[in-house]
Amino acid sequence: MQAPAMQTNVDLDSPLLEVRGLSKSFGALKALQEVDFTLRAGEIHALLGENGAGKSTLIKVVTGVFARDAGVVRLAGGEIAPRSAKAALDAGIATVYQEVNLLPNLSVAQNLYLGRQPTCFGVVREAEMRRRAKALLNGFGLDIDVGAPLSSYSVAIQHVTAIARAVDLSARVLILDEPTASLDRHEVEILFKAMRQLAAAGIGIVFVSHFLDQVYEICDRITVLRNGRLIGERETASLPRLELIRMMLGRELAETTETRAPAHSGAMGEVCASFKGFGKQGYVAPFDLELRHGEVVGLAGLLGSGRTETARLIFGAERADSGEAEVDGQAVRLNSPRDAARLGFGYCPEERKTEGIVADLTVRENIVLALQARRGLHRPLSRREQDEIAMRFIRLLDIRPPDPERPIGLLSGGNQQKALLARWLATEPRLLLLDEPTRGIDVGAHAEIIRLVRDLCDQGLALLVISSELDEIVTYSNRVVVLRDRAHVEELKGEAVEVSSILAAIAADGATAAQGAVP
Amino acid sequence: MTFKALLAASATAALMLAHSASAAQLTIGFSQIGSESGWRAAETSVSKQEAAKRSVNFKIADAQQKQENQIKAIRSFIAQGVDAIFLAPVVASGWDAVLKEAKEAKIPVVLLDRDIDPSGKDLYLTAVTSDSVHEGEVAGDWLAKTVGDKACNIVELQGTVGASVATNRKKGFDTAVAKHPNLKVVRSQTGDFTRAKGKEVMESFIKAENGGKSICAVYAHNDDMMVGAIQAMKEAGLKPGKDILTVSIDAVPDIFKAIAAGEANATVELTPNMAGPALDAVIAYKEKGTTPPKWIQTESKLYTAADDPQKVYDSKKGLGY
Amino acid sequence: MTLRLPRRGLAQALALIVILMVDRVVSPQFFNLHLQDGRLFGSVIDVLNRGTPVALLSLGMVLVIATGGIDLSVGAVMAIAGATAASLADAHSLPVVLLAALGVGLLCGLWNGILVAVLRIQPIVATLILMVAGRGIAQLITEGRIVTFTSPDLVWLGNGAVLGLPTPVAIAIGMLLLTAAVVRGSALGLLIEATGGNARASELSGVGTRTMILAVYVWCGICAALAGVIAAADIMGADANNAGLWLELDAILAVVIGGTSLFGGRFSLVLAVAGALIIQAMNTGILLSGYPPELNLLVKAVVVLAVLLVQSPRLSDLSGIMARWRSKKP
Repeated sequence: MQAPAMQTNVDLDSPLLEVRGLSKSFGALKALQEVDFTLRAGEIHALLGENGAGKSTLIKVVTGVFARDAGVVRLAGGEIAPRSAKAALDAGIATVYQEVNLLPNLSVAQNLYLGRQPTCFGVVREAEMRRRAKALLNGFGLDIDVGAPLSSYSVAIQHVTAIARAVDLSARVLILDEPTASLDRHEVEILFKAMRQLAAAGIGIVFVSHFLDQVYEICDRITVLRNGRLIGERETASLPRLELIRMMLGRELAETTETRAPAHSGAMGEVCASFKGFGKQGYVAPFDLELRHGEVVGLAGLLGSGRTETARLIFGAERADSGEAEVDGQAVRLNSPRDAARLGFGYCPEERKTEGIVADLTVRENIVLALQARRGLHRPLSRREQDEIAMRFIRLLDIRPPDPERPIGLLSGGNQQKALLARWLATEPRLLLLDEPTRGIDVGAHAEIIRLVRDLCDQGLALLVISSELDEIVTYSNRVVVLRDRAHVEELKGEAVEVSSILAAIAADGATAAQGAVP
Repeated sequence: MTFKALLAASATAALMLAHSASAAQLTIGFSQIGSESGWRAAETSVSKQEAAKRSVNFKIADAQQKQENQIKAIRSFIAQGVDAIFLAPVVASGWDAVLKEAKEAKIPVVLLDRDIDPSGKDLYLTAVTSDSVHEGEVAGDWLAKTVGDKACNIVELQGTVGASVATNRKKGFDTAVAKHPNLKVVRSQTGDFTRAKGKEVMESFIKAENGGKSICAVYAHNDDMMVGAIQAMKEAGLKPGKDILTVSIDAVPDIFKAIAAGEANATVELTPNMAGPALDAVIAYKEKGTTPPKWIQTESKLYTAADDPQKVYDSKKGLGY
Repeated sequence: MTLRLPRRGLAQALALIVILMVDRVVSPQFFNLHLQDGRLFGSVIDVLNRGTPVALLSLGMVLVIATGGIDLSVGAVMAIAGATAASLADAHSLPVVLLAALGVGLLCGLWNGILVAVLRIQPIVATLILMVAGRGIAQLITEGRIVTFTSPDLVWLGNGAVLGLPTPVAIAIGMLLLTAAVVRGSALGLLIEATGGNARASELSGVGTRTMILAVYVWCGICAALAGVIAAADIMGADANNAGLWLELDAILAVVIGGTSLFGGRFSLVLAVAGALIIQAMNTGILLSGYPPELNLLVKAVVVLAVLLVQSPRLSDLSGIMARWRSKKP
């Protein structure tokens, strides 16, 4: 996957953005300690680190969202001290966050020119604006209807729109904070293409991401932070991946995701749930699927290929309009998540924040939620039982901080994910559906979650796991179902479970067609 | 029924027939505000009675408190070619255009109960309203006469803050009691014209004024608040009507029940019969061409225990208050 | 919860105490109490008694708001229930009257609940329908008049006493205990907070969010009906035009003062009731003060603003920054 660093025609040695000795504390917490950071014109520079390393604090101090305690920031040699994101933008530093900060109900063109629409005697020249918007986006390799509302486009296009707007506002430094977190492979390509063009034009790009493959693919240079300190700055080409992970974690991983799981050898158990001709018109084409105890089935495919849709159908979040489902040989109805939960199914959705956690409630309350819902209103878990359950899983899954009374929204992504797993494990499920269980989680927690999946499988649980990371899927799956265009197209077993074979199956025919599908 | 009575009755009927013969052609449209209060409902039913008495073909349009509905109703009356239009305007402004249309169609308009902005002065025939300043004065004069020379602390339950009726009734009352230095309004709060608020405010007055012992009289801008205040006094162990004098305005049936029971002393009538004088004015205008005065003021009659309150209660009960 | 409450309720307790102290200043006899016809009599009792309708409304409203909804129709439901009770009072026994009035409240709540939970209409729009139409329904029942009654049983509900406390106050305390027992004694509280905190996530955890939402609107309707019956009993008549008018806003305010977010999630029954008392302590204080009534709303607005500011997390951040800034200064 490792791509050679981009060759650009711009002098890579002149520092565009220089950060020296930057420090920032929040109360007792030292979020940044004397951090240096150098961005050259025309380079794509990865800013990496685990959660809490100080990446976002660094970005927010540089862009004026937070005031700094000490240190200097120089842009093209001149010292700057923006007091707001607006001031930073005026100075030439634009930031695009993971959640696009645009107005979804306005058109793409309106978003691009909001606040600076071309006017003629005070009247917005809509046609002129659209013409310019079209030209601007063409420069990024996008040929779309700029009159349509932003929300009608995929997140990738929304990102490119945000970037185009930022760059068009004459930005010299572009900071991209986790821009690819919710993009599929094809969308990432659109974004990368735009980034390469900008770098070639001499703009310096800071790229924050959890996806190391992408970092190796697009970045020239990598800066690693850990616990608010600078660990090092390296050329991507001369930094082996293991070395990078070591820099980020400060320790060798006990097990990296690269090594293959022994799970393939295990004897498979009884059929837990089976689906025949199960599907929904316009959602997922009817499929046959058998899930066994002690077996992990991976679902692979592009975003919008029907992976998540399959899980939601099985969990009753969407009602199937064809086929039948059987659990332990008995025909069952799956009309709602309640039905599924009563049958002993559990589902950790991909959108952890919007569909998983209840942010205001405590870790304890989040953990007992599914169990309590299944027990019903009149059989409340006593406070003692709740404490006992919460503590058991906090210990078992090593949820940090180990405080059951902390609102779950304050936990890191990895710990939230563990708490969601705990929510379902507390119900002693027979089948667990995990949708992107490792998304947005730092490297350490990533490995732990994967280990957990294996452990659960060994204990006889049936698992259905969705992941975009093929390495990961290969690591723990006994079987992999490949989806394309909202249909199950291939099932790989045993030795056939390989990244290359999955890729081949996904790419078999018109693989990119899935791009237009709405997730 | 005696023969004499029968004769009298038939004579009356004949008279009415004769009367109606001359006015038989009159059709009058009435754009009523709605039925937001008991008084309004009574006005509607009294208007119907008064029209029936004069054999006028009377059409009522209920606007449900919306000016646009009133304007629609007036336009529809104009289109039907009625002989006159009665209007109880929900607000004071915004009538000029539609009243001009009526004027051009030569249909006289009579305002009932409320006036409109001066800009519309030429656009209507006459306005039949009560004078709420005068109502306050009548109440104040009664209290001054009843109290005599004794010192008297008065508490006042105002209507809704900013409502013109409340402002005027306060003004009239203040003018009347200002002539008597022994009368003093010690507390004045709004009871929003409602029973519940009247009761709540009176409860606090009682506590603030030494358990009510230093209160000599209550003046309420409407009877509903007074009914609430009477309950508050009773619950505090006071005897309204005896320990504390009461005077209020409107003359709704329930206050007569209280007067009959000796728990209230006086009320000033805001007559629901606005249509009667208006009908007379229109009939005179149509038949004899008499132009009525621009303002016909209705009588603000004072009722006390001396006016057979039980009988008044019975007569008013069915009017829809 | 026993550990959490004191900390959470601090702002409300302080506000209530400060307002009561101010009341004492404007009216020296504020804390005086004596028995009058077997019933405690005094300004403090007035605060409790007059605060009862809003307190009852807030008991239902707080649950609705906890699910992320809102019920604008409670004032109108009060009017309907009051009208129902008043028109039946003189011909039927108290249990029948109560059952009818509360039944009407239940139906109103069910209507709102179905619109919100089943038809997925936005709560503010869904309940606006009944807010507007409800008062009309009440007027139809009373035929636009104030329907009075003399039934001593119903009058007792408004003006009687239980162990010296006015009946409405006793009823409100009873309802608070009942609601608390139902909500916190079962899993309802947790499931409501989860539904309000994140309906999607709760549904995917197997919570019957639809049932939760339906239940809270029904309960809110019943609470509003009870408040309506008490308001009617208080003035021995049903005033369809004015009963409960704008009280939905006071109830929402009480809930907000009680620290429950309009976005839903965490709620506290006790603090919502405390919010209602804060509002009433302020109202009574204004009435006792003798200030011109033109100032009523202004005073109320200032006090509410103060209470909400004290609660604002942003403000506590600011005060922290201020403190640090001051300590830094030599």
